[in-house]
Amino acid sequence: MTDLPAPPPRFSHRSLPEYVAILLVLALVVSSLAATAPALDKLSRGVARLFAPSGMLMQMFPPDFSRIAPISWKLLETLQMAVAGCFLGLLLAIPFAILATDRLSPHPLVRHVARAVIALFRTVPDLVWAIIFIIIVGLGPAAGVMAIMVDKIGFAGRFFAEAMEETDPGPQDALRAIGASRLGTIVSSVFPACLPSFTATSLFALEKSVRGSAALGLVGAGGIGVDLKVAFDLFNYDEALAIILMMLVLVIAVEQGSGWIRRKLI
Amino acid sequence: MNAQFAPATALSGPTMVGPVLVVSGLAKAFDDRRILSGLDFTLAPGQSTALIGANGSGKSTLLKCLIRLIEPTEGKIEMLGHDVRALAPRDLRAFRAQVGIVWQRHNLVPRLSVLSNVIHGVQSRLSGPRAWFQALAPAEVRAEAMLCLDRVGLADRAVARVDSLSGGQQQRVAIARMLMQRPAFILADEPDASLDPQTGEEVMALLLGLVREKGLSLLMISHRLEHTLAFSDRILGLAQGRIALDLPTADADAAGLRRFFDHQEAS
Repeated sequence: MTDLPAPPPRFSHRSLPEYVAILLVLALVVSSLAATAPALDKLSRGVARLFAPSGMLMQMFPPDFSRIAPISWKLLETLQMAVAGCFLGLLLAIPFAILATDRLSPHPLVRHVARAVIALFRTVPDLVWAIIFIIIVGLGPAAGVMAIMVDKIGFAGRFFAEAMEETDPGPQDALRAIGASRLGTIVSSVFPACLPSFTATSLFALEKSVRGSAALGLVGAGGIGVDLKVAFDLFNYDEALAIILMMLVLVIAVEQGSGWIRRKLI
Repeated sequence: MNAQFAPATALSGPTMVGPVLVVSGLAKAFDDRRILSGLDFTLAPGQSTALIGANGSGKSTLLKCLIRLIEPTEGKIEMLGHDVRALAPRDLRAFRAQVGIVWQRHNLVPRLSVLSNVIHGVQSRLSGPRAWFQALAPAEVRAEAMLCLDRVGLADRAVARVDSLSGGQQQRVAIARMLMQRPAFILADEPDASLDPQTGEEVMALLLGLVREKGLSLLMISHRLEHTLAFSDRILGLAQGRIALDLPTADADAAGLRRFFDHQEAS
């Protein structure tokens, strides 16, 4: 019987900078928890207050559907904001994505600028965009639509660009060799190849828009969020629960609908 | 074999009447690596010319240089009366429209119908949505596309999705798209490479048939000795980026050509 080879060491040797980096990450996590995480005693007192007879949770039940008609109209407005903002965002995401794609962009500088704009639109939260557009167009759903639009350019622009980046270059080369224009090549070769990916991204964008549009009202950008904020401000927790439940129904309906479309189309 | 694909008889010997292609001193290097070195040759119209050579001998690079899909490093190319290297981008597009290419991979748009793919060929002379999808194409373009499909024997599959077709059928669709382009010159990069022997023979016969019927010029990369002998009028052999053989097919013998199909000997 031959000697078995010795097993490798359990941990590989790391350099000093790596140990320092690990320590720094640990220090960041611990200091963050210490500075911001709730104290356990405070948390337990808060939970107890929530479940007390006069607490928020107890006052939420039963939900108050007495204002179901106006709330439904606001819910419809929320959906309309989401659809309009998403549609405009997806439409504008296409040219941004084309300009951000290596193979399709007319110049590397244009590509870098397009990528930077997409990254900016994606990085700034939609609530911040909503505040900016409230300053520009005033309170109401128009600011919400604009905020959703910009957010969707950032979201879909990135995924559209990635999808176009991954397409087979063969058909594009063939059309280019025929003498097709850049636009002709993109529309007749790249878009059909990207259709499944574009559809999936668009449906996810719609779901995200519906969820996001409900929150935009909290800062005054129209939709059901305004009513939710008022209900909380006036301590009408039972009405707030009714609004939350109706929002939940809307979001689930949109998610189910988009899932069904995805299965049918892709 | 389908009567439509009965092999046409290859003519023997070059007919030098007003060359369609004059290549002189053509070279191409990628960084420090020379792929093509000082190529000189001339092609007469209405001929089928086979370009042979081992892997890495520069065949595909040469084909792409001819229409500047790859920019040559030096040399001159006169094709269909154009000084190809001097063409401005807009003129280059117009020039490319006259050159039909049959690729080794057919390079069709997979999710679209056969008819839409064939109609893409019209983008050589028509721009805008009318040339993008069959549903938007004018009646005369649709009719011409059906004629091209009929020529390759696939008119009955016009509405099928192109990725539902066999490899041979897809290559025939690519040829129909190329016909839609109304080319004066055809470049073919191993059009039979991914096909079974019989289908490959049908495709080669179809290409030679076009040369004979329409008087088109064909320069094709061939990787099968038997197809080289059966479907060309003239043979150009490339070795290490240089023309190492140039003779009428009628004067060629299989034994002499074999080294161009053997990677080991050629390199």
